[in-house]
Amino acid sequence: MSTVLLIADHDGKNLNTGIARSVACARQLGTVHVAVFHAPDEDAACAAAAKLDGVSRVLSISDPANEGPLAAVLAPQVAALAREHEGGYDYVLAPSTTFGKDLLPRVAALLGVPQVSDLMEIIDARTFKRPIYAGNVITTVKVPEGIPVLATVRIASFSAVDAGGDAPIVSASTSAELPTHTRYIGLSAAGGGDRPDLQSATRVVAGGRGVGSKENFEIIYRLADKLGAAVGASRAAVDAGYVPNDMQVGQTGKIIAPDLYIAVGISGAIQHMTGIKDVGCIVAINKDGDAPIFEAADFGLVGDLFQLLPALEKALDGS
Amino acid sequence: MKILVGIKRVIDYNVRVQVNREGTGVVKDGVKMSINPFDEIALEEALRMKERGAATEVVVVSIGPEAAQQQLRTALAMGADRALLLTSDEEIQPLTAARALLAVVKEEDPGLVLLGKQAIDDDANQVGQMLAALWDRPQATFVSALEFDDGSAKATREVDAGLETIEVDLPAVITVDLRLNEPRFVKMPDIMKAKRKPLDIRPFAELGVELPPQLETGRYEPPPRRQGGVKVDSVEALVAALKDKGLLS
Ligand SMILES: Cc1cc2nc3c(=O)[nH]c(=O)nc-3n(C[C@H](O)[C@H](O)[C@H](O)COP(=O)(O)OP(=O)(O)OC[C@H]3O[C@@H](n4cnc5c(N)ncnc54)[C@H](O)[C@@H]3O)c2cc1C
Repeated sequence: MSTVLLIADHDGKNLNTGIARSVACARQLGTVHVAVFHAPDEDAACAAAAKLDGVSRVLSISDPANEGPLAAVLAPQVAALAREHEGGYDYVLAPSTTFGKDLLPRVAALLGVPQVSDLMEIIDARTFKRPIYAGNVITTVKVPEGIPVLATVRIASFSAVDAGGDAPIVSASTSAELPTHTRYIGLSAAGGGDRPDLQSATRVVAGGRGVGSKENFEIIYRLADKLGAAVGASRAAVDAGYVPNDMQVGQTGKIIAPDLYIAVGISGAIQHMTGIKDVGCIVAINKDGDAPIFEAADFGLVGDLFQLLPALEKALDGS
Repeated sequence: MKILVGIKRVIDYNVRVQVNREGTGVVKDGVKMSINPFDEIALEEALRMKERGAATEVVVVSIGPEAAQQQLRTALAMGADRALLLTSDEEIQPLTAARALLAVVKEEDPGLVLLGKQAIDDDANQVGQMLAALWDRPQATFVSALEFDDGSAKATREVDAGLETIEVDLPAVITVDLRLNEPRFVKMPDIMKAKRKPLDIRPFAELGVELPPQLETGRYEPPPRRQGGVKVDSVEALVAALKDKGLLS
C-alpha cells in the first residue's frame, strides 16, 4: 500500500477548508498521513486533522520556527519527512492554496523531482489530469516510475470528507537544518467580515467593475447577506480598490465551486471564468446582453444591476 | 545591485487557446505571442528600481525557441540593459527551467531575481520557488508590494487569507502578482534603441544543466463545455427558476 504525506494548511487554530477536500484526493492514492507544522502552543489544527475520515495518522511537528507559514523554513522539514519515513513517502501532497503553491515546489526542487500543479483528476497511481491555459485546456501528465509523486490538489475538484474519524496524533521531528534568512512579520486579513468563507460557501455573490465603486459594493454585500452567501469579485474590482484581493475569483485568484454563483457586473473574461468552472449554477446579471459571461451562465438577466439587485432582494423577501 | 528578470514567451492572454486536432498540443500557428504578463510586471519593477537608483543593471533571460528574441527585444525596449536567450525547441518543464536559471545566477551573481508568479501557459507556479530552493536563498511569492532596506527586503504577499508580510535577506527570489505595478508602454524610439542593445543567444544544451526526471505529457483536450445561455426576462422568473432547481427555498 502506498503512503501519502499531506501537508496541512492552517492558521494556527483552524485547518484550511481545502484540507478535507485534499484528503478526499489523497485517500484514493494510499494511506494518508497529515503533517501539521506548528508553533509549540498551536496544535488545535492537529485535532481537526485527526477527525477527518480517511486520515490514518497525524504528524505533529512543533517548533517555534514553524510559527507563520514560511516555505523556506518548512520545505527542508517536509523534504526530510518525505525521505526519512520508512523508505520514503510515495506521495507528497498539499492543497493548491497559496500556502501549498508557495511550499510544494520548494520541496520538489529539494527532492529533485517534478511537481504536478493543480491535480484535478486521478487516472491511475501516476497519471493525472490538470488544467493549463487558464483552464481552457486539460492535459494528462504521468510521473515517471521510481520517484515520489509531488502534487498540489485543485481543491474545487474534490468534495470534502466527513469529520467522523479519530486518527492518532504522534509528534514528529526531522533532522532538517532551518534557515534564518526569511522572517515572518504578519498577516493583515481583510475579506468579507463575518460572511461565509469564499472557498467553502455553497452560495457566492460576486461583483465586478460594473459595480462602480467601493461604496456601491454595499449592494453586493446586502444580497449576499440575504442569501447567506460569501462575497467574491473580479480582478478589475480588486484593482479598482472596491474590495481586497483575497476576494478575487479566477485563474490567478481563488478557484471555487459553490452550488450557486451570482456574477454581478462581471463581463466573463477567460481568466475569471477559470475560477468558476465547477460551479453548480451560474447566474449572470449584466447590462450588456452580449457579455461573454452569458455563454456560460445557466441563467442570464440583462439589465442595470442597480435596478435588478434591489428588485431581487425584494423578490427574495416576498418568497 | 544587479537584477535578473525571467521572461517567458507565451500565447497572448487575450487569445482563446485551442487544442490541435491531434490532441497533442495547442494551436500556435499564426497566434499572437507575448511576454508572460506576470514577467512583464517583474521587469517593470526592476526598471523602476533602476530608475530610482536601487539597482545598477537589469538583465533579462529567457529559455525558449529562437523566436523568443522578439520578447527579449521588447524587454530591452522597455529598458532592460541586456538580454540572454537560452534556445531550446523542447518543452522546458519548471525544474529544468529552475536549474538553468541557477546556472545563469551563478554566472551573473545578481542581488535579486524577479520572476512572474506563474506562466499563463502551463499555469504551473513553480519556477521561482524551485530556483530559490536550489540556490538555497529566500523566496517571496505572489508579491504585491516591495520595500528594500540595507541587505533585506520587506515583501507583501497576496495570500488566500489576506495580505501577508515577510522579510527576506538578499539575494532572494521574488515572484510578482498583478497588483505590484502597471507595466509601461514601449515607445517607438526605444524599439530602435533596443536593436543596438546586447542580446546573447546560446543553445540551452551548452549550459551543461543536468536534466531532472520529467513529467510525461499525454493528451490535450478541451474542458467539458458548460451548457449556458438561457436568458430569463425578469427577476421573478429568475427566482422561480432557482427555486425550481432547489437552489432557493
Ligand atoms: C495574467 C492575468 C490574470 C488575470 N487573472 C484574473 C483573475 O484571476 N480573476 C479575474 O476576475 N480577472 C483576472 N484577470 C483580469 C481579466 O482579464 C478581466 O480584466 C477581468 O476579469 C474583468 O473584470 P470585470 O468583468 O469586473 O470588468 P469588465 O470586463 O470591465 O466588465 C464589467 C462588466 O460590467 C457590466 N456593467 C457595467 N455597468 C453595469 C450596470 N450598471 N449594470 C449591469 N452591468 C454593468 C459591463 O457590461 C461589463 O460586462 C487577469 C488578467 C490577466 C492579464
